[in-house]
Amino acid sequence: MTENRGPDTLLLAARELDQSFGGRKILDRVSIEVHAGEIVTVVGPNGAGKTTLLKILLGIRSCRASQVWRKPGIRMGYVPQNIPIDPVMPMTVGRFLNLGMERKTESSIREALELTGVAHLYPSPVHGLSGGEFKRMVLARAMLGRPDVLVLDEPVQGVDYAGELELYRLIGTLRDQFSCGVLLVSHDLHIVMRATDRVVCLNHHVCCTGQPEQVSNHPEFKELFGAQVVESLALYYHHHHRCKDH
Amino acid sequence: MPMADFLLLSWLAGLGVAAVSGPLGCFVVWRRMAYFGDTMAHGALLGVALGFAFQTDPTLGVVIVSGAIALVLYFLRRQKSLASDTLLGILSHGTLSLGLVVLGFMSQIRMDLMGYLFGDILAVSLADVVGILLGGVLVLAVLARLWHPLLLMTVHEDMARAEGVAVDRIHLVFMFLIAMVIAMTMKIIGILLVTSMLIIPAATARNLVRSPEAMALMGSVIGMLSVSLGLLVSFHWDTPSGPSIVVVAMMLFVFSHGIHGWRRV
Repeated sequence: MTENRGPDTLLLAARELDQSFGGRKILDRVSIEVHAGEIVTVVGPNGAGKTTLLKILLGIRSCRASQVWRKPGIRMGYVPQNIPIDPVMPMTVGRFLNLGMERKTESSIREALELTGVAHLYPSPVHGLSGGEFKRMVLARAMLGRPDVLVLDEPVQGVDYAGELELYRLIGTLRDQFSCGVLLVSHDLHIVMRATDRVVCLNHHVCCTGQPEQVSNHPEFKELFGAQVVESLALYYHHHHRCKDH
Repeated sequence: MPMADFLLLSWLAGLGVAAVSGPLGCFVVWRRMAYFGDTMAHGALLGVALGFAFQTDPTLGVVIVSGAIALVLYFLRRQKSLASDTLLGILSHGTLSLGLVVLGFMSQIRMDLMGYLFGDILAVSLADVVGILLGGVLVLAVLARLWHPLLLMTVHEDMARAEGVAVDRIHLVFMFLIAMVIAMTMKIIGILLVTSMLIIPAATARNLVRSPEAMALMGSVIGMLSVSLGLLVSFHWDTPSGPSIVVVAMMLFVFSHGIHGWRRV
């Protein structure tokens, strides 16, 4: 995917983005690009400014206009980290997908749920869903708007290990099917690295960026996540790639 | 005024208030703004007092003071040095006490304090009923227009922002709607009990429905039922109207739990 990057595939970019909060620098000259058809993952420790960066790119938080570029008319689908729906609000999966400014038809809602494999949940209350089902529902809602770029904040939080793998596979499938760009944020390294085209390692500034394997060998990356974790990651890679060759 | 006309007036006023409180109350419950509603209601007594002091309509005073409290809370909600319930507590009790002190200075004015605190259906005039119905239609029309964005931002504020909802503006308008409903409800239910009409029917409706829209509608129906039965009780046994309505509403709430339990639908 990364080979096809060019000016015409560019969807979303931040250039030399600075953001301070209460005198502390949250983001320090951060540059990032998301192209059509590629999965970009921002990794970094807690409090590294990942969510802030995401919110600025989504336009939820303001910044100087010159520092962020969005393709004109771009449609963005946002999957937040968690959506705590109070049990006092009655809400079914179908109604959840119909939240928002535009009314959607039942068939388009069912179609979107089909995409993420949870069409059978249409009439179910959202309060009884498992972590994985809930994520798929939110992902389906994001896909309803046929986004050019899908933005996901910690997409596998609250999902069990097997569910994580499937969820990343699903994101990959959606990317292939709709050739949209995907920007995701995670502090979990193992699976993310495998499901990603480009990794941006963030700790207020961009420590390093590139393909997963390059990044995992970068000294600053090792320092940030600890040699041990990175070693196990390398092993994981080795293992994974050998399996693929057979 | 003949008794029947008089009954009809107070009943109409009560129905109007209940119809508006249903949908608005759902948002108060969903957004966990019960204490916020209480604060605006307590401030209403200051509004009444100022209305008397400036010899204008007390209801106008209530709208102005509640609106001012809404503005203060809106601008203070981003500050981090005080927890929001502490801030609400200061405003709530501060304005209530200030209202009582201002009234204390005006001992020459004869006013029925108990009537304002707990509601007095005897005080409802034809003008009040017209005011409630017009105000009610206005509030419902605005709420209907804001329904979808308000619901989205109640579910997730950042998701709403990302989809272009003017979250802050809508939040402010919503607070003004609550201020208006409090001014409308005050005469019937009383300042100290006003928020019960926002919270209890909505909470009762929760047990019986499966969608936000159904909950709003059901909240209105249950509120109207509470008002009707409560007024009957009040007229029959000569009990205070506001507390009678609230007691009925509470009994309906308990009853709805009894038949359905907490189904989490």
